[in-house]
Amino acid sequence: MSNQSSEQSDQSKHASDSPVSVLDPPKTSTQSSEITEDRETLIEILRQMVLIRRFEEKCAESYSLGKIGGFCHLYIGQEAVGVGAISALREDDYVLTSYREHGQAIAKGISPDAVMAELYGKAGGSSRGKGGSMHIFDKELNFLGGHGIVGGQIPLATGVAFASKYQETDRVTLCFFGEAAVNQGAFHESLNMAQLWKLPCIYICENNMYGMGTSLERAMSLQNVAQKACAYEIASEFVDGMDVLKMRQAVERAVKRAREESLPTLLEARTYRYMGHSMSDPGNYRTRAEIEKYQERDPIKLFVDALKTNGVIGDDDLAQIEAQVKKDVEQSVRFAEESPLPDESELYTNVYANPL
Amino acid sequence: MAVMTMRDALNLALAEELARDPSVFLMGEEVAEYQGAYKVTRGLLEKFGPKRVIDTPITELGFAGLGVGAAMAGLRPIIEFMTFNFSILATDQIINSAAKMLYMSGGQFKIPIVFRGPGGSAYQVSSQHSQAIESWYAYFPGLKVVMPSTPADAKGLLKSAIRDDDPVIFIEQERMYGMKDEVPEDEDFTIPLGVADVKREGTDATIVARSLMVPTALKAAEELEKEGISCEVIDPRTIRPLDIETIVASVRKTNRAVIAEESHPFASVGAEISAEIMEQAFDFLDAPVKRVSGVDVPMPYAKNLEQLAIPDVAQLVAAVKEVSYK
Repeated sequence: MSNQSSEQSDQSKHASDSPVSVLDPPKTSTQSSEITEDRETLIEILRQMVLIRRFEEKCAESYSLGKIGGFCHLYIGQEAVGVGAISALREDDYVLTSYREHGQAIAKGISPDAVMAELYGKAGGSSRGKGGSMHIFDKELNFLGGHGIVGGQIPLATGVAFASKYQETDRVTLCFFGEAAVNQGAFHESLNMAQLWKLPCIYICENNMYGMGTSLERAMSLQNVAQKACAYEIASEFVDGMDVLKMRQAVERAVKRAREESLPTLLEARTYRYMGHSMSDPGNYRTRAEIEKYQERDPIKLFVDALKTNGVIGDDDLAQIEAQVKKDVEQSVRFAEESPLPDESELYTNVYANPL
Repeated sequence: MAVMTMRDALNLALAEELARDPSVFLMGEEVAEYQGAYKVTRGLLEKFGPKRVIDTPITELGFAGLGVGAAMAGLRPIIEFMTFNFSILATDQIINSAAKMLYMSGGQFKIPIVFRGPGGSAYQVSSQHSQAIESWYAYFPGLKVVMPSTPADAKGLLKSAIRDDDPVIFIEQERMYGMKDEVPEDEDFTIPLGVADVKREGTDATIVARSLMVPTALKAAEELEKEGISCEVIDPRTIRPLDIETIVASVRKTNRAVIAEESHPFASVGAEISAEIMEQAFDFLDAPVKRVSGVDVPMPYAKNLEQLAIPDVAQLVAAVKEVSYK
């Protein structure tokens, strides 16, 4: 971590000023001098971001073909937040998130095969076809869902962090949620308890500027989410959620605080979703021009530029990643297609752990 | 056996299970330093310390959800609601998280948690603090719902609930905390969930009653005995899963059924039991099933109106006579 980052950490005990307008994206980007990760790590981060982008594009296609049912919330545009944050964790750390979770599930290590099969409602899915797009779980990989009620995962994550402290481990819990969840009582109740009881939980608000079709301006009186942490004396930072390394480094600082001091952190990651809230959203509440303005700072493009400028990768490396990812995504569709439907007896299993 | 109050029987169950399993902890409003709003948790902070017995802010949704998350990570939380009236704020976490987690994760995450506290009618606290809401929770697959009616049942059932791997809604009756009876002191004494108890044997009519309605039904049975009507009183003890077999077996014997409950009649547990009896014992019934419920109004404050709102012995006696055509 650079000196600049440490200094930033101290300054940001209470959130600094952040852009508040939808049309005012952050201007800063990772400079080559700030890249301190080794090449293998950087390439893995890029691979995950590209994989998630292509995976989600394939989901949109499969959804249009009627292969995926129900609600399907895509992560395109937000890849840097999930990948950057989860790359700062240990394997035994926990992740809980909302219903826009395919990308984070893949970043935590769940195979695209298992995620795609879950979306297809197949027995080979991560929840054996019983959860679907919004309820991806993997106990072995410490991915604790996929939750469908806005903000519902925030008290749960607080409880997981409570358990880590109770069990005297140094495991950290990462909790993702959208900015609309910040208006829920669950957010405020959780942050209060997390600081009161000094719980090792990192709350990451993915501020993509819209709660379904309602813009931040129309829904939130104080639009600086990071600043809300001061109500609970929680350390907070505003992060450029389009910059994967800035995201990773901010979470590294929060992880250190959680692991070593058992303290929570609130991060506001400003980001943007390119697709609708879900696949059924026509997107009439924003302009094409607004979307294009954000796409100029596309997280994958920004990262590729930074890596190229820094001489970490060349065009060949990128082509190789794209080719491998294409294969992985095609394989996931094949796996999902070939996976059997859940047996009809599965309707009645897993209602109770101890059926009486 | 020792004679103790329902309150002390519950306290003993909590103490024994906290001692037995270090992954059990107790959390809620005023459970620790204040010794419990109803003193059910008296002395537990002193015995087990602040790590295991935890006072919360007044933040029901928050600490209910925290409990479910802690259960996902391997702990066995006991979450006390000062009263079940306040659990209404926590229903999202109870219903959408606790009840469904095992199913929607394809069997990966069991939720061994107990949500407990007093429920049902209380003394002159009006509409928001005096109501029976067990039918809400009993509606949802994934939850178990328990309502004890004696100190011994309270101890044995609470111990089973804490040891159970599923979320259990454990509703105590505020008016019954002071009720005294014999309670086994054996630490291994438990009562299995999902098993009804025949509180009184009889041959002429079956009264199905739970929680506060059990002592009321037993008094009614005594009075009816004097008039030559022998009543069997069945206490399901666990509302979900419901031991309908025991109820149906009794109705097949007596051919008459009265269901007593404190809750509102519409879409109540009594309505469910009545439907089950009709489906499973229609040909054995000599009269339509009779329900005696709390009246269909919010609970009033005035003492005389409050008394009218809750079923009493006289109403049960009249109901049994009605189904007996006497």
